[in-house]
Amino acid sequence: MSIWDYANPTRFLRLVQVVLPWLTGLCVIAFAAGLYMSFFVAPEDYQQGDTVRIMYIHVPAAWLAMMCYSIMALSSLGTLVWKHPLADVSAKCAAPIGAAFTFMALVTGSLWGKPMWGTYWVWDARLTSVLVLLIMYLGLMTLWRTMEDPIRAGKAAAILTLVGALNLPIIKFSVDWWNTLHQPASVMRAGGPTIHPDILWPLLVMAIAFTLLFFVLHLMAMRNEILRRRVRSLRLRAAGAAQPGTVANATQPAE
Amino acid sequence: MDLGPHAGFILASYGLCLATVLGLIAWVRIDKVLQERALKDLAARGISRARPQTKEHTAS
Amino acid sequence: MSSWALTLFKRDLRLSVRVGGSAMVGVLFFLAVVTVIPFGVGPDLNLLSRIGPAILWIGALLATLLGLDRLFQADRDDGTLDLMLMAGRPLELVVLIKCLAHWVATGLPLVIAAPMLAIFLNLEPAAMGAVTVTLLAGTPALTLIGAIGASLTVSLRRGGLLLAVLVVPLAIPVLIFGVSAADAAIHDPVPFLTPFLILCALSLIAAVIGPVASAAALRFAAD
Repeated sequence: MSIWDYANPTRFLRLVQVVLPWLTGLCVIAFAAGLYMSFFVAPEDYQQGDTVRIMYIHVPAAWLAMMCYSIMALSSLGTLVWKHPLADVSAKCAAPIGAAFTFMALVTGSLWGKPMWGTYWVWDARLTSVLVLLIMYLGLMTLWRTMEDPIRAGKAAAILTLVGALNLPIIKFSVDWWNTLHQPASVMRAGGPTIHPDILWPLLVMAIAFTLLFFVLHLMAMRNEILRRRVRSLRLRAAGAAQPGTVANATQPAE
Repeated sequence: MDLGPHAGFILASYGLCLATVLGLIAWVRIDKVLQERALKDLAARGISRARPQTKEHTAS
Repeated sequence: MSSWALTLFKRDLRLSVRVGGSAMVGVLFFLAVVTVIPFGVGPDLNLLSRIGPAILWIGALLATLLGLDRLFQADRDDGTLDLMLMAGRPLELVVLIKCLAHWVATGLPLVIAAPMLAIFLNLEPAAMGAVTVTLLAGTPALTLIGAIGASLTVSLRRGGLLLAVLVVPLAIPVLIFGVSAADAAIHDPVPFLTPFLILCALSLIAAVIGPVASAAALRFAAD
C-alpha cells in the first residue's frame, strides 16, 4: 500500500471515509485529555501564575504552523518532482489551516506577552519570522485563487512554496542578528527538554491533539477539493457539449 | 476556578483559539455541503461522471 | 553563444529605456517615497539621519517592486515570451539576462540617485557611501527575487499588487542585511564587511534561485 495507490481520487476518498471517524474520535479524546491536564493537572508557574496555561495552546499552534508549511513543501515536491495527482490538492488544502494555526500562535503569543512582557508585540527573531510565515500563507492562498485552472495554479503555488521554504530559515537566521526577547528553545533541544514533566506532558498531549485536528481538517478539506474539481470538470464538459469544438471541451483537467 | 489577575488574557486566548477552530470546522463542513449540492444538481440535470457507451475519455 | 545573450540584453535595455520611461519613473517614485516619509515622521534631522539608511532601502525596495511587472508582461502581450520559450536557449539564462537588463535600467538608477537623496535625510558622507554600496550589492537580489513573483503573476490581468505581496517576504532578508550593513558602517562596534558579504551572498544565491524558479514558473504559465 503505497502513496501511489491513492493517486486515484476515488480510492483516496474511500480511504478518507474509513479513516476519518477514527481520527476525529482520537482527536476529541486528545483535546479532552489535554484541556483537562492543562487546567487541572498542570501546576501554576512560580513566576507567571496561571498565565502559563496559555502556553498549552500557543506552543502547539506554533509547532503546527511550521509542520503545516513542511507538509505544503513536501506536497509541492510531490507536484513538481513526482507529479502525484493529489499533491497539489494536499498543498491547497493545507494553506488555510496553516494560516489559521499561525494566526492562533501570533494572537495567543501576543495575549501572553502583554501580561508577561508588558507589550503585545516586539520585533524579535521568532515573532518576526512567524509573521512573515503568515504573510506567505496568505500570499499562497491568494495565488491559488487568482488562477482559474487548478492544475496551473497548483504548479505556480508549488514553486512559490518551495522558494518560501528556502526563505524561512534565512529569515529566521538573519533576524537572529536582532535582540531576541522570546524564550529560547526548551523542548526541541539537543540535550532533551528542560521543562518539568508536569508541564511537559500536558503540552505534548495538546500537541498531539492539535496534530490530529490538522489531519482531520486536512483530509476533510482534500475531500471537498476533489469534489470541487469534479464539479468544475463536469460543468466544463457540459458547457463543451453545448458548444462542441471549444477548448474547454477538449481539455481534461485532472480530478 | 480562579485564574489569577490575568484571567482575561487566558480566557481571551482560549476563546479566540476555540473560535478559530470552530471557524475552520464550519468552513470544511459548509464547503462539503455546497459541493455535494452542486454535484447533486448536476446529476439531476443529467451531467454525471458515468462514462457513456461509445467514446473513451483518455485522461491526460 | 554569447551573441544571442548580448542581443537579448541590448534589446531589453533599449525597450525599457524607451517605453514608458521606466527608468526615470522608478527614480521619481524613489524620490517621492523619500520625500513623503519626513512629512510623516517629522523633520527632526537627528531622527532622519538615524533611520535614513532604512528609508532609502525601503524606497528602493518599493520602487523595484513597482517596476517588476514590466519584466515579462510586455513580452507576454506581444508573444515574444512564447518565442523565447520555443527558441531552444536555456530559459534560465534568458531570465537572468532579462533581469540584468532590467536591473541596469531600473535598479542602477536607484543606486545612482541614492547619494543625492541621502542629502535630504541628513546622512553623513560615510553613511551615504555605505548605503550606496549596499544598494549596489543588494538591488540585483531584489530584481532577481522579484523575477520569481513576476513570472508567477505574468498571466494575470492586474498581477502587480499580488506580485508585490508575494515578493516582499522573499526580499526581507535582503532588506535586513542591506540596512544592517549600512548601519554598521556608521556605528563602530559592528564590522561592515560581515553583513555586507552576506548581502553579496544573497545576491549570488538569488542569481541562481531566481532564474531557476522563474523559468519553471514561466514554463507552467505557458502550457
